[in-house]
Amino acid sequence: MKILVCISNVPDTTTRIKLAGDKKSVETNGVQWIINPWDELALTRAMELSEQNAGSIQSISVVSVGDASVEPTLRKALAVGANEAIRVNLVPADSYSVAVQLAEVVKQENPDLVLLGIESSDFNSSGVGAMLAELLGFASASSVSSLELSSSGLTIKREVEGGTEQLECPLPAILSVQKGIALEPRIPAMRGIMMARSKPLKVVEPVAVEPLSEWIELELPEAKSACKMIPEDNAKELIRLLHEEAKVI
Amino acid sequence: MNFQLTEEHEMIRQAARDYAQRELIKDVIERDETATYPTQHVKALSELGFMGMLVDPKYDGGGMDTISYVLAMEEISKVDASVSVIMSVNNSLVCYGIEKYGTEEQKEKFLKPLARGEKIGAFLLSEPEAGSDATSQRTTAEDKGDYYLLNGTKNWITNGYTAGTYLVIAQTHPEKRHKGINAFIVDRHAEGISVGPHENKMGMRSSDTHSVMFTDVKVPKENRIGEDGFGFKFAMKTLEGGRIGIAAQALGLASGALERSIQYAKERKAFGTEIANHQAIAFKLSDMAVKVENARNLVLKAAWLKDQGMEYGTTSAMAKQYAADIAMEVTTEAVQIHGGYGYVKEYHVERLMREAKLTQIYEGTSEIQKIVISRSLLKD
Amino acid sequence: MSVLVYIENRDGQFKKNQLELMSYAKKISEASNQDIVTLSIGNVKEEEWARLSAHGATRVLNGENLPNQIDNEVFAQALFAAIELVQPKYLILSDNNTGKALAPRVSVKYRAGIVSGILGLPISYEPFIGKKRAYSGKAFAHVKVNSDLKVLTLSPNSFEIKESSGNVQLEAFEPTLPTPKTKVVQADKQTGKLLLSEADIVVSGGRGMKSADNWGPLEELAEAMGAATACSRPVSDEGWRPHHEHVGQTGKIIGPTLYIALGISGAIQHLAGVSSSKVIVAINKDPEAPIFAAADYGIVGDVQKLIPQLIVAYKELKQ
Repeated sequence: MKILVCISNVPDTTTRIKLAGDKKSVETNGVQWIINPWDELALTRAMELSEQNAGSIQSISVVSVGDASVEPTLRKALAVGANEAIRVNLVPADSYSVAVQLAEVVKQENPDLVLLGIESSDFNSSGVGAMLAELLGFASASSVSSLELSSSGLTIKREVEGGTEQLECPLPAILSVQKGIALEPRIPAMRGIMMARSKPLKVVEPVAVEPLSEWIELELPEAKSACKMIPEDNAKELIRLLHEEAKVI
Repeated sequence: MNFQLTEEHEMIRQAARDYAQRELIKDVIERDETATYPTQHVKALSELGFMGMLVDPKYDGGGMDTISYVLAMEEISKVDASVSVIMSVNNSLVCYGIEKYGTEEQKEKFLKPLARGEKIGAFLLSEPEAGSDATSQRTTAEDKGDYYLLNGTKNWITNGYTAGTYLVIAQTHPEKRHKGINAFIVDRHAEGISVGPHENKMGMRSSDTHSVMFTDVKVPKENRIGEDGFGFKFAMKTLEGGRIGIAAQALGLASGALERSIQYAKERKAFGTEIANHQAIAFKLSDMAVKVENARNLVLKAAWLKDQGMEYGTTSAMAKQYAADIAMEVTTEAVQIHGGYGYVKEYHVERLMREAKLTQIYEGTSEIQKIVISRSLLKD
Repeated sequence: MSVLVYIENRDGQFKKNQLELMSYAKKISEASNQDIVTLSIGNVKEEEWARLSAHGATRVLNGENLPNQIDNEVFAQALFAAIELVQPKYLILSDNNTGKALAPRVSVKYRAGIVSGILGLPISYEPFIGKKRAYSGKAFAHVKVNSDLKVLTLSPNSFEIKESSGNVQLEAFEPTLPTPKTKVVQADKQTGKLLLSEADIVVSGGRGMKSADNWGPLEELAEAMGAATACSRPVSDEGWRPHHEHVGQTGKIIGPTLYIALGISGAIQHLAGVSSSKVIVAINKDPEAPIFAAADYGIVGDVQKLIPQLIVAYKELKQ
């Protein structure tokens, strides 16, 4: 089995977001870039599967759509254990343009299983996985919180409104994963970092695509007014304020 | 000149940081209080390759350069210097010593498990009556033909209890003074070795520091490192590199305290504004940052010289002395900035301050470093 | 021309979020001068139609014989059939698991731009610009959609339920659907519990709760207040609470009316996930905890001691 994990390059989760001068993007100076946390879970699960099912997974590839600035993140994925990396040389405008590029890569690489996070922590659009599934016509599921290999393909659990469902899913398949799918993301070991030096990172040119939407402006949340402090022995006062002043209970 | 770290350096720094901020931070206060050895962390860091990161991959090491090692040491030390001292002793004293001066057989047999972190090493030089003065070794290694017989006591031994492999410095030919000293690889569990109680220390409380007693311990001839009488030179050369590790540790204590102080100063309010807006605090932060930056440059310079195969002994002494001294200053200021909170354990900085003190003392006190530095300045 | 809204039922009932969605679609249809068409899939209890009526529903495509939870691809085919039928200008779904699975498929099929997790009414209709969360709640983006068909998934709790007169007319909806590739072999319902994403009030515990055993009083408080329970990341990482309760940047992003943070220090990742709550209450023993900077009301104190007092005070209020 061949697994392709799609990863997105995002600011570290501790980053304080500041707007860039154009108000359309964020200040990237001093930002630490990381693998999108949900994509990292997907990669971690792919690694776990390959360790638990010795021999049944031939390769794990990672792909990202972006300019050269995403390469450190791809190389980190290689250091963690992916076998090869692909970068589609395009700064994406929206989920659709990412999905179209990824669909091309899938056609070229022919993976049996495509994994990606349910959303990215920058655009939060949750679009790419389902778009990719629609573009390719693979079996798919989203909000997947558990994934095992089975004789006929995959056994998965997904979250639906008000519960979870267990599904049998044939291959090839595309799954958008969420928390619970894997244990802690892995820290690359020295050996992995060393081996990543000789693993391939392939750059491919994008296919033409028209974005369907665009981010025209960013704004930051308004600063909160000061917190009203209530003495420790007066829970009653808090409840009163919530009722009479804030009017939320 | 190029001050740019490579992408791989950044990755290693981040890996160490992730481990420290994600895992070590969880139980560091508790381990400090109960003086508990970080068994699980040493195992995890071994699996990640941090315990033998400088060793050639052909001996199962990580094959990384000294710059990477400094970056990793700094990040681990920001959170837990008890863990980083284990890492430092194993990497830059024990593994380095055997890799650089050991025979092929010694490397196969002893270096590989140390580099994999399956066994941890300890470096046994200090004695009750010979700390900084390494020339006057009282521990004896009597030549008995096909083996040596080891007798004596070693003090302040990091990893003294948990180590699997000891590097022991002992006197074989007292009449030759320091030219009669030898270094030996000794199995920690050999007959005749007894380990004293855990030292109840001010800081670095969860690293295991012990005295070790040798009573007629037989050491095979093939476990001697180098020619007969090479021991003193071996110890001095190995400590040159060891100083880089401790300098990086001191740097981490200082930069960790600075990071915490900056964060605290931006959150804590006094007189109606964040304390960072008071010049008294802002200037303290500025002074701390300059010291940290100076120390970092000096430590990285020493590491770079070593990686280039150039002479680094004096620079590593400068780095160790300076980083240790500013670690003490910066962590003390960090406690001051935190006020009352700085004096309680939850805010970490009091621990960093206690730990910083040791960096001025072990692996050559600041005064000894000044001797090393001044001698190199004054020699003809 | 019309607005097509998919109203999802759970066990045959329409929950609060769906009435929000109905009110929202109604408002969009009025503002853009279009008919409103509601799509329903699965079996709905008879009395529920009146509730939908009261929130503006008129023409309803009633796919009552279609299974409620199906393969995403097949589900999307049902949606496509409805789109073909009514040729909408807007397709509106909830920004929940279903919406996240379906909206992107419509986008691909009809080359339609999406505003996912749109917060309330658009900034402008012509051109269409909607506001959504970005950087996991640390910023907001204004997203412009150029396509003819606009797909919107509405963020829960971002639009108030509004009653309006409707007149539900059920129209059988029976598209021919392909065989699904995936097969549901088991379904587990989360019974009796209020869904985190749908709750008006959320009571959330952090590491300051000290251990998994201390959650009883917190749950009691949540139950008294009709709130859902949540937790911070360290809590779910420690296994004290299930992952689906984790709110924050890498967990769920929520925007309830009232968020009560108990023993949560307020790491930036956590705050990102709850910052759009209308009112935030923080209780923490550490007066320096960053959560207080994000909170509207705060108490410095021991959560174990305060939770029972809050329960008593709340019950007194409600008497």
